[in-house]
Amino acid sequence: MSRADSTPHRDDRRNMDWFVDKAVQILVFVAGISAIVFIIGIFVFITKEGVGFIFKSHYALSESVFNLLEEKKMPDTQLDALTPLEGKAFKTSQDLILAVEGVIGVEETRPYKELLVARSLDQPFSLKTFFTSPKWAPTSELKPTYGALALMAGTASVTGLAMLIAIPFSLGAAIYIGEFATGRTRELLKILVELLAAIPSVVWGFIGLSIMNPLIIKVFNVPIGLNVLNAGLILGLMAAPIMTTIAEDALKAVPDRYREAAEAMGATRWQVIFKVVVPASKNGLVAAILLGVGRGFGETMAVLMATGHSINLPTSIFDSVRALTATIAAELGEAAVGSDHYQALFTLGIFLFLVTFLINMTADLVLRGIRKE
Amino acid sequence: MFEASELNIRNRKIESLFRILFLLMAGLLILPVAIILAILTYKGSSVISMNFLFTSPTEGMTAGGIFPALIGTIWLVSVALLFSVPLGVAAAIYLSEYARDNWFTRIINLAIINLAGVPSIVHALFGVGAFVLFFRFGTCILAASLTLGIMTLPVVIVSTWNALQAVPMAFREACWNMGATKWQTIRKIVLPNSISGILTGIILMVSQTAGETAPIMFTGAAFFLPQLPQSVFDQTMAMSLHLFVLATQVPGVPEDVPYGVAFVLIALVLVMNSLSIAFRVYLRGRKKW
Amino acid sequence: MVTAMASLPHIDNPVKLAVKDVAISYGGRTVLESVTFDVHEHEIFGIIGPANSGKTSFLKTLNRMDIFNPSMTFTGQITFNDRDIRKWRNVYSLRKRIGVVFPLPVGLPLTVYENVALAPRLSGVTGKADLDIIVERCLERAALWDEVKDRLDSLGSLLSGGQQQRLTIARALSQEPELLMLDEFSIAVDPVTTMRIEDVLKKLKKEMTIVLVTNLVQQARRLADRMALFLDGEVVEVGITEDLFAGQVKDQRTKDYLDGRFG
Repeated sequence: MSRADSTPHRDDRRNMDWFVDKAVQILVFVAGISAIVFIIGIFVFITKEGVGFIFKSHYALSESVFNLLEEKKMPDTQLDALTPLEGKAFKTSQDLILAVEGVIGVEETRPYKELLVARSLDQPFSLKTFFTSPKWAPTSELKPTYGALALMAGTASVTGLAMLIAIPFSLGAAIYIGEFATGRTRELLKILVELLAAIPSVVWGFIGLSIMNPLIIKVFNVPIGLNVLNAGLILGLMAAPIMTTIAEDALKAVPDRYREAAEAMGATRWQVIFKVVVPASKNGLVAAILLGVGRGFGETMAVLMATGHSINLPTSIFDSVRALTATIAAELGEAAVGSDHYQALFTLGIFLFLVTFLINMTADLVLRGIRKE
Repeated sequence: MFEASELNIRNRKIESLFRILFLLMAGLLILPVAIILAILTYKGSSVISMNFLFTSPTEGMTAGGIFPALIGTIWLVSVALLFSVPLGVAAAIYLSEYARDNWFTRIINLAIINLAGVPSIVHALFGVGAFVLFFRFGTCILAASLTLGIMTLPVVIVSTWNALQAVPMAFREACWNMGATKWQTIRKIVLPNSISGILTGIILMVSQTAGETAPIMFTGAAFFLPQLPQSVFDQTMAMSLHLFVLATQVPGVPEDVPYGVAFVLIALVLVMNSLSIAFRVYLRGRKKW
Repeated sequence: MVTAMASLPHIDNPVKLAVKDVAISYGGRTVLESVTFDVHEHEIFGIIGPANSGKTSFLKTLNRMDIFNPSMTFTGQITFNDRDIRKWRNVYSLRKRIGVVFPLPVGLPLTVYENVALAPRLSGVTGKADLDIIVERCLERAALWDEVKDRLDSLGSLLSGGQQQRLTIARALSQEPELLMLDEFSIAVDPVTTMRIEDVLKKLKKEMTIVLVTNLVQQARRLADRMALFLDGEVVEVGITEDLFAGQVKDQRTKDYLDGRFG
């Protein structure tokens, strides 16, 4: 038998079909991994544009430097003369000193030279400011500030309100479609829900702007109708169809024998639903909610058009806010490529990417939980 | 005849109560949208005319039609299709026909889920960073369409995968038994029997692509550009962005013009989706095995 | 004993298929072991045994369909045309040489004509006239031609179960296999048609080698020159059919099974 090992065999030759098959296999494999390539590509490219900014530093006369100069007994006249330089960024400490010398004179600068070199290093971006300051002022002449707290609050308030609306309604709708409706009603409802999901977000934004806005002003007697309430309602209606579909899938995944067993024990329909079906599909329902949150969090156009676009820590649902996504959409066009402002917007992008990544991973883990059971 | 016990009556009452409650929830989800669509149609349809559809905007976009935006959207969607359909279908073929159930396949699936979940504005940032700047395409149809294509790739992959999986395994095995290679089996049996399902998914992808705004804002769509694009390296107007611009950026636009644009956009999308749904219903009714 | 054995004309023919110490397992659970026998050219080799005795798994291994099932593994050695089937560089050319008919009939969702023309097409036959001849001959042999000759354009997957079964046979024949393996081919076919196909098999013997898996003892007796009995996950007996039915058995269980005492 050993003669058959690797010697050529009259019946066993690789022909064209064999090579074509191999080539196709390689080709579709490359296509298959393209999704991985793209997701890594997205991360790499937004990081490339944005991450440099996080660690970027320059030399500037910040408030603390002025305080130090005052302690060092710099005359008020000189301090006043230097005020226009406050916050201005220089590449090296040498450039900064040259500028200071230009204002107050070479001799006058000398006593403070050491201090300026040592203490004028400044970072335009700090993680602390990003997460704790509500001041998003990237174009400020004096001192650009990159605090995203108000934007996060805007996103959170709108998404939160949207979920308050969408969760009960979409779960209710899913239960009706999955457990009560039959035949044609069921099909019709499913089709309607699918069509709802198809409406583009810019149309939703337009609806918020031109239909909901005057309506809210009239009904609630408030000065502005573009606010958390408006965007929350819009976003709720947008997220609900997707959540309904996923939740209904989760309900459908519960085997009929569970329902039959419960009904055989004399449970009524609603008891079956609440005691058997909903607990059994809990993971799918949680995933539906998570994906709804992800959708609300990442929604751009509708939120851009319906929130009123003012940077604000909202105190009521009638406050105008601004969301993270909307900020990028509104400001990217005016930021010069490579500028601090431009990079700061990519930093927001990194943040958005990471959060949605986390939400999607969690949803997937939760969904996988069901399949394992 | 049994006499209905009190408990039984109570239970039935509760049940019908819940039934109505849930119906109401489903209804409340659909009703406002129906009203809104009615308003859009009512206000929008009054502007729609041959003139509106087939002329350029004039007088600082306060008058005239939407022709360049309509053509631009067709350009953007077509180029995106050319990119994402072959890639997505091939990826789905790999996942459905070749991939084994292992950690690597799982990573691919996670990547697809995440690709679908990344906010559209982040896709836009990627488009700017990668296509506009790094590959030096500049802002043009190519950059915008590639961004759109990557964004909608998951739709193509998932719908194609579903269509491929609907072809029974036994057909593949019968083919392999005859000495057909995997590719021959896919070409002769699997693809011909899933092509309609794949098309359904592609229509869905077209509809989604046509409505996207954020990814094209900074990659290739222009606010106002009365001439039509000549190649993929030109900028273009687009329906979705045109609606945004008219609604928020241009003062003095007559109120019903943006309604008209919104109406055309939504009609485009809903017709596409209805087509896809009708196709699916038809397929379900047709028995091939 | 040896002198009493019936002798067969083709026992001196070259060995087509040699099976040595084969064991098959699914995810570590062994379903069949210690299978050893040779199949000679131009003989009908019967494999009999009750359901779930590993017969179908064995056939799947022979044409390397096991590679599509990651949990399925086999040990031992199987050679086809003197070449270890594991060492075939082009597994498709191996499968082309082995036609298989599985018990569950699968009409491909193509027309009846295309079902039968598929294998020749894949092998590069393109002429319409050539294909017409192949299709008619194969359907004829599978005892299906008369029933479908007027509707060759209808879908093969929508034929009745019995017709699909014969379509599957026709398709296996269209490969022009050197080895034809039939697994319970008569399950969905009426007795008259079964007899017709059995007659065809007897004639086909001149052209190819046949492995016939069946749980119908009498069918094996009618057709098989030699046969093996699969029982409880192993091969308990291999021998010349006449001898076995004459009671010349090594294992008492063979006699019991052939006499219909169980199974």
